[in-house]
Amino acid sequence: MIANMKYLRGLIAGDRQADRVVPPSGFTAQLTLFAAAAMAFLAVFALALSLAAGRLADRWGDELARSATLRIVAPLDQRQAQTDAALRILETTKGVASARALTDADQQALLEPWFGPDLALDTLPVPRLIEVIENDEGMDAAGLRLRLAAEVPGAVLDDHSRWRKPLIDAAGRLRMLGWISTLLIAAAVAAMITLAAQAALAANAQVIAVLRLVGATDDYIAQAFIRRFTLRALSGAAVGTGVGLIAMVLMPDASDAPGFLTELAYQGVHWIFPLLIPVLAGAVAFAATGTAARRTLRELA
Amino acid sequence: MIELENVAYSYGGGELLSDISLKLAPGSFHFLTGPSGAGKTTLMKLCYGALLPTAGHVRLFGADVRGLDRDDIAQIRRRVGVVHQDVKFLDHLGVSENVCLPLTVSGRHAEAANGDLDELLSWVGLTNRADALPPELSGGERQRAALARAVIMSPDVVLADEPTGNIDWEMSQRLLRLLIELNKMGKTVLIATHDLSLIRATKAHVQARVLRIANRRVQLAGADL
Repeated sequence: MIANMKYLRGLIAGDRQADRVVPPSGFTAQLTLFAAAAMAFLAVFALALSLAAGRLADRWGDELARSATLRIVAPLDQRQAQTDAALRILETTKGVASARALTDADQQALLEPWFGPDLALDTLPVPRLIEVIENDEGMDAAGLRLRLAAEVPGAVLDDHSRWRKPLIDAAGRLRMLGWISTLLIAAAVAAMITLAAQAALAANAQVIAVLRLVGATDDYIAQAFIRRFTLRALSGAAVGTGVGLIAMVLMPDASDAPGFLTELAYQGVHWIFPLLIPVLAGAVAFAATGTAARRTLRELA
Repeated sequence: MIELENVAYSYGGGELLSDISLKLAPGSFHFLTGPSGAGKTTLMKLCYGALLPTAGHVRLFGADVRGLDRDDIAQIRRRVGVVHQDVKFLDHLGVSENVCLPLTVSGRHAEAANGDLDELLSWVGLTNRADALPPELSGGERQRAALARAVIMSPDVVLADEPTGNIDWEMSQRLLRLLIELNKMGKTVLIATHDLSLIRATKAHVQARVLRIANRRVQLAGADL
């Protein structure tokens, strides 16, 4: 453990001499930086997508599962009587936390986006809506339907499950896609770093041969490469993540109209996750370069 | 120091070396000679663990090379200075840094800071080339820089494979004098060369034994040389 810490500290602080034994490489270094930055940029959004889809699924699942709507479809003269009857039944139904009949004003507000503000609601046979909020136990929808059928013939209970389920499924699928994308990005970073490290090791075959001849251990040689690629991936990913986050902050704010777009931005503690991207990129590069270096070195004298 | 016992080596198609037994005692001075392609370089490589024998045993400082892992080999290389015919350096570093490389890779870089390096560079006559890059050096300068690099760790053994292959007579004499001096300091020296006049020139200064590779075997050459 102590040896590991020492190794890590050495890796971060760096041995200036060890760094110098591998010749600097200009162009390929920039390619690695660029690829790491691009991948981190994409990862910011893939991660945001996963988290947002997760939140969406949770919210839809949570809020909608807790509420149901009772529609009273009756001639205008019987509507109030049936509403009162339904409310009485709901009050005595187990699992119902509260039930509230929407007022004309509420219903007017709900219909306004579709019919405009000048609608004369009282002239139309609009069904009365009763909003039912369930408590934690949940209610027995089937039982409630039977009781309502007997006493309030015009009542239709909608517990939202019909349209809620496909939405939750879709959100869940979206979340999975987001995570798969994030994983693919990590794998692509590993592949890219492995290729770059492999190329660097091949290009420096003579350097490695000289170092072996004068008594350098494999770890010493590997570390010079590992450090280089880890730092490149780390700094490239930091830049990419930074740009990605800026893009995310600058995304058009549409919080008044709840839509998917606003949901995409990170919320609360989730802002920590994208900050982990550079660290993860560094870790992936560390592992990938280490594996590539040790495999290459084993084949040399 | 270095001990070969019934060693054979083949690159696949037939044996290049077979049944070789050889012992390099501390402080000895050996020449290894034979025609081109006879296996001089192969034998040298067996002596510093770059190749494993296909048969028999090679013992380096008492340890059988087959039982050594890569880190053990690295440790042994710090006790064996090697000069190749075709010397390789780190071309992006200056001569003094290249000479110090064995110290650097073994984590003893600080030791190079004291006067040893200057002394060593003046010993091989490269003081005013200390900052030059290896590609700028002449053949003789490269060989001398390689020798300095080979001895900076104060190794017990110095192996030189055709150290005078690319340089003129004057320069090879100078290089040889350096190797003789090392031997007088107690280092074991093994030089592979096909240059018989070099061997004759040396014999005047030091008690050297000549090993000849012929018919895949190593024989002790007679006194006629």
